[in-house]
Amino acid sequence: MNNWYMLTLVGNDRTGIVAKVTRILQQNNCQLGEASMLRLGGNFTIMMMVNSELSSDDIITALQAISAELNLQVHLDEIEGRLHEHHIPNVLVTVIGADRGGIIAQVTEKLFNVGFDILNLDSDVAGTDERAIYIMRIEGQALDGIESIEAALQPLKADGIDISVQAIETLIA
Amino acid sequence: MAIHPILTYPNQQLKQVSQPVDNFDHNLRAFIDELQETMHDGPGAVGIAAPQIGHAIRLVIVDVSNKKKIKHHGHLVLVNPEIVEWQGLAVGREGCLSVPDFTGNVVRAERIKLNAFDAYGEPLSFEMEGYEARALQHEIDHLDGLLFLDRLVSRRNDLFERKKR
Repeated sequence: MNNWYMLTLVGNDRTGIVAKVTRILQQNNCQLGEASMLRLGGNFTIMMMVNSELSSDDIITALQAISAELNLQVHLDEIEGRLHEHHIPNVLVTVIGADRGGIIAQVTEKLFNVGFDILNLDSDVAGTDERAIYIMRIEGQALDGIESIEAALQPLKADGIDISVQAIETLIA
Repeated sequence: MAIHPILTYPNQQLKQVSQPVDNFDHNLRAFIDELQETMHDGPGAVGIAAPQIGHAIRLVIVDVSNKKKIKHHGHLVLVNPEIVEWQGLAVGREGCLSVPDFTGNVVRAERIKLNAFDAYGEPLSFEMEGYEARALQHEIDHLDGLLFLDRLVSRRNDLFERKKR
């Protein structure tokens, strides 16, 4: 069976979302693949690979009662799912600074221009309402080496953002 | 000589505590050759531990000499290795021959002092740091039935200060 969907669920964070949703999926013979589940700004968010012989309409229907109970927004897409193909990042870019508009675009545009492949990006807004701090960590593959990444981000450093570029040397043993 | 299959998780042999080596004989050295050959057969591993091929004895091989610009002690065959001092902490990414297609962040000591024996029973002593120290800690964990999976730190919130390049 190789019939993958990407299931997206978003709702106000509360306990029991993961347990209840995954139980329903299990009861409908859905198998789960890789998933990202995390709290973003008070919402609980799930992106989860679901393998199922059911149609997308049937999966949505199966989730209807629980999504109504938990007030979750549900979205489902057919995808081409491939497991066991993890890419290993070789560079970590950390961006920390006072929160300001356009920061992700500025950083990621520069990374894109030097062929950086983003594998994982986490960003948090910390601090307080008055003084928000923006914390972003980007892991990816720098195809042209770390120096090109450092050079590309250098102009932004002058702009009062702390940017660090570190090699990730993965140890296989 | 023979290349052995690498045991992969969840094989429970990987969770056993390995026993110290008592006999530093030709059998041990023949086994070391096989462990060495098996390590080099794999995809770019910098170390291997005897239990990874199903022998629960305290023996590891580490060789990080192909990494550029780091301090190391070359090719190391360490019998009954024991870490006697730890200093500092660093987050680094690890993978394992016994855990295909997964890498993750692990906290290790930045510097270690280590006692061990060579293949002939002669005592050895090393001070190591960085990548080599990490490799040794990863391998010695195998001897204690631990995988890097047992030490993973959160993907999202591991804001340890890493050593700057």
